Amino acid sequence: MADPKPIERPISPFMLGQYYRFQMTSVSSILTRITGNALIGSFILGVWWLLAAAVGPDYFAVANWWLTSWLGDLIFTLSLLGIWYHYLAGLRHLYYDAGHGLDIETAEKLGWVIIIGSVVLTVLTLIIIQF
Amino acid sequence: MRYLTDRKRAERKGASGTGTEHHWYMSVSAVALAFLIPTFLYIFGHALGHDHATVKATFGNPFVAILTGLVLFVSMQHFAKGAQLMIEDYTQGSWRRGLIMLAYSVAYVVTATGLWALAKLAM
Repeated sequence: MADPKPIERPISPFMLGQYYRFQMTSVSSILTRITGNALIGSFILGVWWLLAAAVGPDYFAVANWWLTSWLGDLIFTLSLLGIWYHYLAGLRHLYYDAGHGLDIETAEKLGWVIIIGSVVLTVLTLIIIQF
Repeated sequence: MRYLTDRKRAERKGASGTGTEHHWYMSVSAVALAFLIPTFLYIFGHALGHDHATVKATFGNPFVAILTGLVLFVSMQHFAKGAQLMIEDYTQGSWRRGLIMLAYSVAYVVTATGLWALAKLAM
């Protein structure tokens, strides 16, 4: 007979910080998820700006003012950092999936490559888009 | 000795019932985005801050319009499936189903709105 009470099935527990100390591998992994999901906000803002441009000059002025304000600049600079981080972490995922870089030393080195690489690529992008 | 291949054993397994399809889609879209995103970042970053006429002309260009359309479609599908994974990890029951529906809805709305804007700008 079926159990009338719903069974509490286990979900993924939060282990980081409570049971495990922070390590490059776990922190760089959770940051991939955080950046990827946070980027929806950047896309909503970007599409709003594009929509405003399609509607007309008056509405575009409103959206453009917000996106080029100090808050907009801050959000899009952070978005750029997020997208480059997610980009490099995604490439690492593909590398992992192919069966490479899974030993601790290489995995930790790759974590630093992602973090430093994302900052470098963000600065480079900010410089390049000025021209 | 078993003659079943690894793939055959994985098919229809797991909570999703779809085997490795979700993972494979994320890999395919990741590679696609790896090619699309750098060019898109340059175009978008360059256009941001310019006046209405310049922005209209930029996104009216066929190459830019198609690239932006592709970025929107592929990235939103990639987002929906990625968000689904996060939701499946941390929630269950009605919350899980509802939030997954919400994530996919947001992805579709962003895609449709962006495509309409691109079509309008191209005209």
